Amino acid sequence: MGGRDATMVLLDENGVRCDGRKIDETRRIMIKAGGLKNADGSAYIEFGDNKILVGVFGPRDVHPKHMSNTDTGILRVRYHMEPFSVGDRKNPAPSRREIEISKVIKEALEPAVMLEKFPRTAVDVFIEVLQADGGTRCAALTAASVALADAGIPMRDMVAAVASGKVADTIILDVNNEEDQAGQADMPIGYMPSLDKITLLQLDGVLTPEEYKKCVDVGVKGCKIVYELQKKALKDKYFGKGGD
Amino acid sequence: MASVSVIDQLKKAQILELLEQGKRVDGRALDEPREIKIEINAIPHANGSARVYLGDTETICGVKIKPDRPFPDTGDRGLFICTAELLPLSHPTVETGPPQPHVIELARVVDRGIRESHMVDVSQLVIEKNKSVIGVFADIVVVDYDGNLFDACSYAATAALLTSTTPKWNWVDDLPQLVEGEETALPTSTIPVSVTMGKIGSHIIVDPNGDEWASMDARITITSDSDGNIVALQKGGSDGFTQDEINQCGDISVRVGAKIREIIKAAQKGSQ
Repeated sequence: MGGRDATMVLLDENGVRCDGRKIDETRRIMIKAGGLKNADGSAYIEFGDNKILVGVFGPRDVHPKHMSNTDTGILRVRYHMEPFSVGDRKNPAPSRREIEISKVIKEALEPAVMLEKFPRTAVDVFIEVLQADGGTRCAALTAASVALADAGIPMRDMVAAVASGKVADTIILDVNNEEDQAGQADMPIGYMPSLDKITLLQLDGVLTPEEYKKCVDVGVKGCKIVYELQKKALKDKYFGKGGD
Repeated sequence: MASVSVIDQLKKAQILELLEQGKRVDGRALDEPREIKIEINAIPHANGSARVYLGDTETICGVKIKPDRPFPDTGDRGLFICTAELLPLSHPTVETGPPQPHVIELARVVDRGIRESHMVDVSQLVIEKNKSVIGVFADIVVVDYDGNLFDACSYAATAALLTSTTPKWNWVDDLPQLVEGEETALPTSTIPVSVTMGKIGSHIIVDPNGDEWASMDARITITSDSDGNIVALQKGGSDGFTQDEINQCGDISVRVGAKIREIIKAAQKGSQ
């Protein structure tokens, strides 16, 4: 997505990364619950330079009807990037990458949502990536959890997500676009802190078994930071000043 | 495969009951993959090929190698592209038409495992920098379904790539020109091996068969390379894993992967 700059220093001798962060520091994260008038629940997240909007509808009737399940509700997720969200214009039709990400986010959210309370219905989660800068799937999953909670859908926990990775032989938290392109490994993690369950996990890059375990550990710790911000976003809307 | 029938629910109860006693429906140990049979050069018209049986799951991979244009930002590297398709004859529920999300995921996960291991040395596949490179296309088809397509497809692609030969092209008058009779082995380094594990209840099982696949709560596919490093991972399914389980799966994938790598190496040797 971005150009490669061979001269860029990903991690300097003082442990400072290309965007000035420390190795265990996330980018700036701003989460807002609500915002959309028509959706049953919504959320907006800025995660570094990522800007993502999520709307939730349901539980509602399932169309087409044959998709409905008499035992449980179903969750449907569409992850979509706007044509203007990346450097070169992106074809607006769903790519294979977007279809895969939609599927992994759906499967990351399913353990959290009590769909069995709403048989024959569907909960639709629409994720729109307005601007992308590495780590969109984690930011999207984080915002989608908040939007589901905002819609008042019963949940076991919220899924918080962030990527860990390996850059200049060092395990780092929250991989940005440059680090993803030029780094050694990228491991997106989605985690339910109250239930201690990892519900999204992917990896590309080379890790020794020890680095692999450290990477999971760093990611899980990062998710706990994100989780606090998710809770704060909901508290701000429902108990604080920022309600709408 | 996605549809869950009453029979599937009954089977799941039986599978879970057996697992509680530490047993599996087909008598395997929890960390034991099914028998792997690899037939190298099943398709002589391809530049490399393999038919793989993983228990009753059967896949065929054919590798085609041809000159192609490089991607704009990687003019100094050849292409490696891996696809996977479920043929309609592989299972009664498979329909023709555009690929379903689970098939797209399958193809992307298999591609990622091989790509991220840097098995194919694409730096050696350049005909003329920024103008023409060699493209390696590993196309996999699923012929018969009995669970765990991720590993069956991955082994087929890996075995086919290991035994592929590439023709030679020279750059003449701004066009790649084939040099007859100068075929060399495709430049490969490490051997990536994916190991897919299913989670049923709190039990982790290696290489789920079709019935186990239909009963899984969640799954995880981990690919390791010849040095025992973990190079790619994909979690799937509608449940989660604890951090301990994720660590345990990492260890299993490296250990079981090492054994499967020997089977792939033996198939490669047998073909020479």
